[in-house]
Order: sequence, then structure tokens, then C-alpha cells
Amino acid sequence: MAAFLQQVVSGLAQGAIFASLALALVLIYRSTDVLNFSQGEMATFTTFIAWSLMNQGLSYWPAFALTLVIAFAGGALVERTIIRPVEHRPEIVIVIITIGLLIALNGLTGWIWGAEVKSFDSPFPNRTTEVGGVVISIQDLGVLGVCLATVFVLWAFFRFTTLGLVMRAVANSQEASRLMGVRVGWMLALGWGLAAALGAVAGMMAAPTVFLDPNMMLIILIYSFAAAVLGGIDSPVGAVVGGLVLGVLINVLGTYVDFVGGELRLPAALTVLLIVLLVRPQGLFGHRVVTRV
Amino acid sequence: MGRWRPLLGKAIGPVLFALGIVVVALLPRFMGEFRLLQFTLVAIYVIALLGLNILTGYSGQISLGHGAFVGLGAYICALLSLGRPGLELYMIDPPGWLPLGDGMRPVFTIPIAALVTGIIGFIVGIPALRLGGISLALATLAIAVSFPILMKRFSEVTGGGGGLNLNLPETPFGWDISTRHWLYYEAWVTAGVLFVVAWLLVRGRIGRAWRAIRDGEVAAVSAGVNPALYKTFAFGVSSAYAGAAGALFAIETSYVNPDTFPVGLSILLLASAVIGGLGSLAGVVFGALLYEFLPIYAQKPPIFSFDFADQAPAVVFGVFLIVIMLLLPGGVAGLFRVVARMVRGGRLRRAAPPGA
Amino acid sequence: MPLLELKDVHARYGPIRALHGVSLKVDDGEVVAILGANGAGKTTTLRSISGMTRTSGEITFAGRKIARKATESVARLGIAHVPEGRGLFPELTVWENLRMGAVARGGDFGAAAKRVVGYFPWIERRRDQAAATLSGGEQQMLALARALVSGPRLLMLDEPSLGLAPTIVRELFGVIRRLNESEGLTVLVVEQNATIALDVASRAYVLEVGKVAVEGTSDELSRHEGVRKSYLGY
Repeated sequence: MAAFLQQVVSGLAQGAIFASLALALVLIYRSTDVLNFSQGEMATFTTFIAWSLMNQGLSYWPAFALTLVIAFAGGALVERTIIRPVEHRPEIVIVIITIGLLIALNGLTGWIWGAEVKSFDSPFPNRTTEVGGVVISIQDLGVLGVCLATVFVLWAFFRFTTLGLVMRAVANSQEASRLMGVRVGWMLALGWGLAAALGAVAGMMAAPTVFLDPNMMLIILIYSFAAAVLGGIDSPVGAVVGGLVLGVLINVLGTYVDFVGGELRLPAALTVLLIVLLVRPQGLFGHRVVTRV
Repeated sequence: MGRWRPLLGKAIGPVLFALGIVVVALLPRFMGEFRLLQFTLVAIYVIALLGLNILTGYSGQISLGHGAFVGLGAYICALLSLGRPGLELYMIDPPGWLPLGDGMRPVFTIPIAALVTGIIGFIVGIPALRLGGISLALATLAIAVSFPILMKRFSEVTGGGGGLNLNLPETPFGWDISTRHWLYYEAWVTAGVLFVVAWLLVRGRIGRAWRAIRDGEVAAVSAGVNPALYKTFAFGVSSAYAGAAGALFAIETSYVNPDTFPVGLSILLLASAVIGGLGSLAGVVFGALLYEFLPIYAQKPPIFSFDFADQAPAVVFGVFLIVIMLLLPGGVAGLFRVVARMVRGGRLRRAAPPGA
Repeated sequence: MPLLELKDVHARYGPIRALHGVSLKVDDGEVVAILGANGAGKTTTLRSISGMTRTSGEITFAGRKIARKATESVARLGIAHVPEGRGLFPELTVWENLRMGAVARGGDFGAAAKRVVGYFPWIERRRDQAAATLSGGEQQMLALARALVSGPRLLMLDEPSLGLAPTIVRELFGVIRRLNESEGLTVLVVEQNATIALDVASRAYVLEVGKVAVEGTSDELSRHEGVRKSYLGY
């Protein structure tokens, strides 16, 4: 039992990373109706920036904070320059643009920092602790804590601030928001900025464990996409729940189901996911069933 | 002059096709073996993109998993042309229930691979009906991601990570041309035939039904179209095309391996289809040319397993995708459509004002 | 000088031309109605004022040319447009919708809200209810309340009576009349229900096929034979 709980906790930590990136995907999807395939690469790029900052002598948390700011600015910039001109085009066009961004960023990351795998410091000590007979790594707890704290801050922002309200309104209806005098363009850029910052958190939490290289977030993006769809692509709560559930699922499946083992975790998790979607196409918490991309 | 214009417009399609045939037939005279290989691959990508275009462009179902069906076709071709005797050399002993014979001429594997992949695609299309756009994108992405993993895992059938080598086919009928040359013609003839088939499908009742479904399922249903049947059929047809392309690919390169068909293949096929122009058959030729000749593909394996030493091609390719989508959202075919309309004459019509 | 003036306005949505030279004006403190059949261009007129169409011609508001301004800029100048379908935020609560009315114009939301809720007391009681769950009449009133919260100089309403029961329509227009009489609110209202519109408005324009066909005071129009037959039913 204790071993099982251990797997659950590690799964939750991994899931928290998926949840953060999934939330970023949902944030962008809700406000701009776009599936941002480059979300993972944006996270990788900003994590490398954090690495460079720390290499230059900055200690962890200041580097972390500065990276969030840079990520925010970068995300907003991408929206204003690349996405804004094609807002009204068919969705598939915007999808291809985000794919182009994925490829370009991936290449750029490799170009600037090289392809050798790098190690990334964790702010959490490499120890374990014991709670009720279950051995838990502090690293896992830390990741879970940081991700959940970030999600909470974001939630509070949307719920309690005027700016958050305006962003929620824009996600509901851009036209109605314009009639209220809202500068919708700025709000969209803000959304992309927040999403990029979220992605940076996910990247920095993942890097110590999966090690830093340009392809670090590719698989995580797939898991996060799966988590977002599982939760309901237009539901922020769904993204978080979906991410945590998926993290636990792959850990448990990988450990306890022999057939799955280490190699088939991804296909197995995706199969479970697809079965859920067949039963409930809009995801666990989603509202609308999008019938066309 | 005015009377001739509409005629010219209608004739352009067949004329260009005939022109294409001539160009393809004559091209080999002007190039060496390597270029011949590249253009053979273009034919293969044309076939793959025709299928993808039918699925995403005409019936409106997004697929991020097309590459997996290409891979499936390739493996089927490899397994069938090696047969049990051939596989024994790899110490592969596939389960008895698999209908592998003693090995067959590679060219015969093409229709079989297409058929089998088509059936599997049709079956996949059934649950796909239930899923909406984003969910379908995820489901097909899942297939694409899982394919190489599964091929590696079930090495008792597939040869695992090492892959399978096929024997280089012989030029038939004792023709005095090189194997490369023969394969070039084999690929292009298949592409030509499949192009015509696609054209017939698309302009007929089935194509109209697909377009009706793509543009609005509710309206299509009220017009008496059964969306489920047509959508799954589209999946089947598109997968069959992918399977044929895959089989040809295996024949062409004489080697199949899980890493040749990673998720990047599916994503880039989709990108090429969009750049060529969704909903346009002629556009796939541009997409295929692009896929083969853009820098990142100059003899480098697809994304996710590439050589880090030069990242510049990746950046160039990515930026290129972005720029071309910003400038030509209808793809290259869209651009030609605008030009064609100008040639045919007639301006943008002024519709009656509905107002309030 | 009129508060709002349109001079020879042509408007289109992409290649579809909807207005073919509309000229009208609204003076400070007036209630003006735009009448006409479906497809005549009534909604398009409001939309072109709000910068939602491709417009040529001149639109002047409080001395400023606004014909080619963006929607949000026009709203910020003090034009509150309640569109067809009300334009509420369905997932936000009643109170949040109300707050959105004031976000762009700043000012004291508390005081403005109090004033507005005075006209629609039920809003206070149902403040946490999701806007999508309100009845049609309540939604229309919320939309109106939200428009008023910003203290606009011009209120534009697009078919406020659409889909509402006659008693609710009378109540709604009663509020509009009170707002105009006690606070001097200028109102431009598009309506298919000509009877109630002419009852509250002092002047009206009748649009047909994207042009002004008839214009005059409400009295004149109520007696105009063509208007009576086509729009008043007698």
C-alpha cells in the first residue's frame, strides 16, 4: 500500500507539470480559440534562459522570477506579431503557424545552447521524507507545491481582479467586450503572456528530473495536450484535474501493469484517455463539443 | 475573346495534367540517380498528401496521425515481400495467424498494403465519428506518437529497432533501365492513377457529400447525406492512400525502421498539405515538392531524430511555415485559384444587400 | 450641433453592401427611432456607428469623426451600444456583467451601480446568478443596466423588444422614457415594433433597402399612410 501511495505521489508531481502546461494551453484556447502547439517549445526556450541566468551567477529564485517576466513578455510579443495578423483566418492556418513556431524555436534553442544535455538545478533538496509510512521525495513535494501555488495565484487573479474579470469576459465574447470599450488585442496578448509564464514554470519544474535539452518538453506537450482534452479543452479546472489524473495514471500503469512496463506508458495512457473521450467527447469538465478544427 | 475564356478555364485542369505527364516522363533524362530518387519520393508524398487532403481538406476531419498509416503500409510491404523465409533471416518468427506467405514481388504488396491500411483506417474512423475536432486531433496524434513505440515493442513481428531490409527489386520485363529509373516510373504511374481516382471521387457524388459535411454537418444531414458513412469512408480512403505511399516508400528505400515514421512525419505532412492548399488536388504536388526539397529535408531524417549540428535548417523551415501561412493562408493552390479566376474573367460579384 | 450625425454613410460587410447613403441625426436629449422591415439596414446602421462595418461617409459624434474608429474606441467616447442578442457575457454573473459596463470608463462603479440598480432592483437580489440563466426579459434589462453604468452620452439599442412579452416590452420602454425625461439621456433605438417605438421617440427614420425612405416626427409618421400600412398595421 505504501508503495502504491508513493507511486501516486510521484505521479501527482509529474501530473502537476502536465497540469501547468495544460492550463497554459487552455488559457490560450479559451481566449483565442487556438491550440498552441509551440507551448512546450516556448517553455523549453525560457527554461534555457533560466539556465543561462543561473550560469551567470544569479541564484535560483531571482532567476526563476526574472524568467517568468521574460516568458511573459515573449508570449505577449508572439501573440502581437505572429498571431494577431491571422486572428480571423481559419483555425488550421493558425495551427500550422504554431507548428512552424514549434519547429523554429526547437531549432533556435539547439542553435543557441547546443544539443548536449545539461543539468538544471532544483531549488529543493535531494532528500526524502516519510509521512505515515510512505516515503516521499522532497523534490516531488516541491514541484507539486510550486505548480499548485502558481495555479492558485492565477485563479485568484482571474476571480478577484478587474483585469482578470476583463480577460474572462474577452474569453466569453470578444465582440461584446469591444462594445464595453475593452482593448481586446491587449487582453489577448496578456493571455499569451500568462500562458508563456505558466509554461516556464512547468519547464523549470521538469528540467531537474528530465534534464535540459531542446527536446525536453516535446513528450510533456503531448501529455499536457492529452490532459487538457481529457479535462475539457475549455475548462481550466479540467486542465489541472486532467493533468494530475494523467500523471498518476501513467505512473500506476507503468509500475503495476506488466504489459505496459516502461515503454508503453504513453500509448497506454493515451488509450485510456481516448476511451474516456469516446464516452464523454467534451472531456470531464468541458462544455462545448468542438466539431470542427 | 470573351467566349473563349470560360472554355479556357475548364480546360486548364486536364491540360495541366497532360503537361504534368509529359514533364514526369521526360524528367529522368535530365538528372542523375540522386535527383531521380528525390523525385521518386515526391511521387510518394503526392500519394500520401492526396489521402490527407481527402480526409482533412475535403471531409474536414483533422488528422495528426497520417504518418502512422504510411508507416503501417511500409511495414506491411516489408513483411509481405520478405515473407516467412525472409523474416527467418532476422530470426523473426511472427505468430502463425498472420497471413504471411513466402515472399512476393514488392509491387504486388502495394495494393495489399493499401487495402489493409484502408480497412484499418475505416475502422479507426468509426470511433472518430464521436470525437470532435480537438479530440480527433489528439486521438490521431496519439496514433502517430504510439506507432514507433509499438513497432519497437513488438519486435517479434517487426524486427524492432533494427528494422527490416528489403531486397532491391529487379526491373521487370528485362527493360534496359536502372532500378532507380524503374522505381521512379512505378511511383509516378501509381501516383498518376491514384490522382485520377481521387479526382473522380472528389468531383462525384461522394466528393460533394464530403464537402457538404465539411461545411456544415447539420445542413448535410438535411440534404439527405449520412455523415457517418461518408466520414468513415474518407478515413478509409485516406489511410489506403497512406498505405500505398508507405509501401512504395519501403520499396524505394529498401529499409523500414520505426524511427523513419515518427510523429514529426504526421505533423509535417499536415503542414505540407496546408501549404499546398487544402481542398485542392493540384495543391498536393506543391506540398510534395516542398516536403522533399525544403532545407530540413536535404537528406536529413525527420524531426525528433535530427542531427543537432545544424539547427539552421530547422529555424529556416519553421520561419518559412509561419511566413507562408501569413501570406498565403489558402496555400499555393489558393494563390493559383485567384490567378485562374482573373484569367477566366469576371470580377468579384456584388451581392444584393441584405442589410439589417 | 447634433450629438450624432451620419452623412451619406455607405456600409458593407466584406463584399456585401448594406447601407447605400444613410443620413440622419440625433440631438442631445432626444429619443430617436429607426424603423423598417427585416434586412432594411437598421442593425447595420448601429453597427457602422460602432465601427463594426467597413464604412464610408461621415459619422460625427460630439464633434469628433468616428466613421473609421475601432469599436472599443467608439465605446470609450461614450456610446453605449446594446446589440441584437444583448451581448451579455453568459458565463459571468449578473454583477460581473454589470461591472464590465464600467471597466473602460473608470469612475466610481459603486455609485453608478447603485443608481442603475435603482431602475432594476432585482439585479441586487440576483447578483451572483450566471447571466445565461436569466429569462429573456431579465437579460434585456441587465444589458440595458450594464450600458447605463458607464454613464454614456448616447445609448443605442438594437431591437430591445425582440422575443419579449408585451408587458415586459412596455416596462422596458417605460424605463427608457424615464431615463430620457429625468436624466436627459439621448437614445437611438432600432425597432421592428413601430408602435411602441413611436410612442417613446420624438422623431424617427424609416429605412428601406439601406436608405432612409421616410423621416419625421413621431406624430407625422403615425399619420403617414405608407408608414401606417406597412409598419403600424392599420
